[in-house]
Amino acid sequence: MDAHLSAAAERRFPGGMRVEARFGIPDPGFSVTVLFGPSGSGKTTALRLLAGLERADAGAIAWGGTVWADAAKGLHLPPQARNLGFLSQTYDLFPHLSLAANLAYGLSERPLAERRTRVAELVALLDLEGLEDRHPAQLSGGQRQRVALGRALARHPSLLLLDEPLSALDRPAQLRLRRELRDLLRRLDVPTVLVTHDRAEALQLGDRLVVMDGGRVCQEGPIQRVFDRPTDPAVARILGVETVVLGRVVDVSEGLATLAVGEGQARIHAPDPGSLGTRAYVCIRGEDVLVERGEPGPSTARNRLRGCIRALHPEGPLVRLTLDAGFPLESLVTRQACADLGLAEGEPVTALLKASAIHLIPHD
Amino acid sequence: MDWEAIRLSLRLAALTTLALLALGLPLAYWLAFTRRRWKFLVEAVVALPLVLPPTVLGFYLLVAMGSRSPLGQAWTALTGHPLAFSFEGLLAASILYSLPFTVQPFAAAFAAVDRGLMEASWCLGVSRGRTFLRVVVPLSWAGILTGMVLSFAHTLGEFGVVLMVGGDLPGRTRTVSIAVFDQVQALDYAAAGRTALLLLGVSFTVLALVYGLRRAQRKPWTLI
Repeated sequence: MDAHLSAAAERRFPGGMRVEARFGIPDPGFSVTVLFGPSGSGKTTALRLLAGLERADAGAIAWGGTVWADAAKGLHLPPQARNLGFLSQTYDLFPHLSLAANLAYGLSERPLAERRTRVAELVALLDLEGLEDRHPAQLSGGQRQRVALGRALARHPSLLLLDEPLSALDRPAQLRLRRELRDLLRRLDVPTVLVTHDRAEALQLGDRLVVMDGGRVCQEGPIQRVFDRPTDPAVARILGVETVVLGRVVDVSEGLATLAVGEGQARIHAPDPGSLGTRAYVCIRGEDVLVERGEPGPSTARNRLRGCIRALHPEGPLVRLTLDAGFPLESLVTRQACADLGLAEGEPVTALLKASAIHLIPHD
Repeated sequence: MDWEAIRLSLRLAALTTLALLALGLPLAYWLAFTRRRWKFLVEAVVALPLVLPPTVLGFYLLVAMGSRSPLGQAWTALTGHPLAFSFEGLLAASILYSLPFTVQPFAAAFAAVDRGLMEASWCLGVSRGRTFLRVVVPLSWAGILTGMVLSFAHTLGEFGVVLMVGGDLPGRTRTVSIAVFDQVQALDYAAAGRTALLLLGVSFTVLALVYGLRRAQRKPWTLI
């Protein structure tokens, strides 16, 4: 691969746990690569491998023309030599230094005038005016996050590494800062690798997605393609596709596949992804499943599945329905719709699904 | 009052503290952050003076510094006088004897510094050495002060090692604690009482200072 960043390194821990950083960043301009996966999947370790805070026990990492690490040659460039901006989950601001001193910390070799200018720039960029003399303990969570980001940006890093940059903030601040963060990164034109376990955060901030599970990279690619076309069921589950169920391929014709799913008569129609064998995983997102009461009327939806409601779980303005349609099927509907239709446990319903909303993952 | 002995003791304690600061900082840093498997052996060696009878430590030091040992011979060749029963010999012995009193508080204070802060510093391009000076030291000043005060007070009060290595030469190796011993031997209880009271006062003051500091370990930058 001719990527600007190419990482194919592995860290081995005592006890057998292995974590790999295996992905690339195509070019040195702005892009956000999201390392996504459940907690414990090795995202942070992968990020630390890039930072040089963990030593690769196997494999190599190269940035542009520079080899950052090569286990075979015993090569390991320390973090100091990689020109990175690294932001940890806890921000790690220096408690004994003022906000301005924190921002200027990495600039100690530059002349005083340059240091002052840069700090003033960062203070303006991150909207921290008037707080220069405060210590981290006197700042709010959002302010600390911005200081930490500013400190990481101070030296004009060629790569920015952000470990759950918003997780220490309260929910409203997270939502507000997501958009701000992406706009800011775009303006700075720095490639960024960002770790998160929040699907919405990944979708909103990322351009490219690297899905990790159990220390392995399961899939990598442009974010929408990975979300729409997960290559294996584990990825689908990690990405939060609610229904992932194994089906038997009964028919493939004119680009449309028909699968028998579950114990009963349920049939699923979905676009043929090609190379379908005898079995495939059917991936269905909750928001794509419409629910009607009684018998289905005429509709363009190719899939009409009869079933009944097994459980209802309110989730904010939405209600998550678990249907029994011959297989467990999850549907996400609004609270209002739920009330209007008088949906309750045990009620018979029909689930409507457009074929195009269903994604098949071959499995043989 | 044996002012000569007091001066000597203070000089010895001050020099020991300075030497231990220079020696103890890197050693404690290594102990606090190394991942070497044999670290425990070094820890045990550093802690030895805590449990070893001073006479045992003094005996080995005496043998090591004696005129027949390579070290003793090299020292004599270099300086013209023997190492044993000299102030320099006493200083070397004091440094070893007070090592755990300095290194352990240092290492405990360093280990309490969040590793994330050091990593943040490294990622900002700052070397490990500069990170130590700019992040670790300012954040563990209380522990460093404790270690220095303890080594000073401990050196002031040592007796067994001094007697073994230094003997009892006025102006060269007779420290305050030895002076008390001499005064009691000479049945001069009044003088012994005065000297003892002085040592008691100094030691108490120093320890009260340390524990007071520990109590007030509130970091000066957290004002609220």
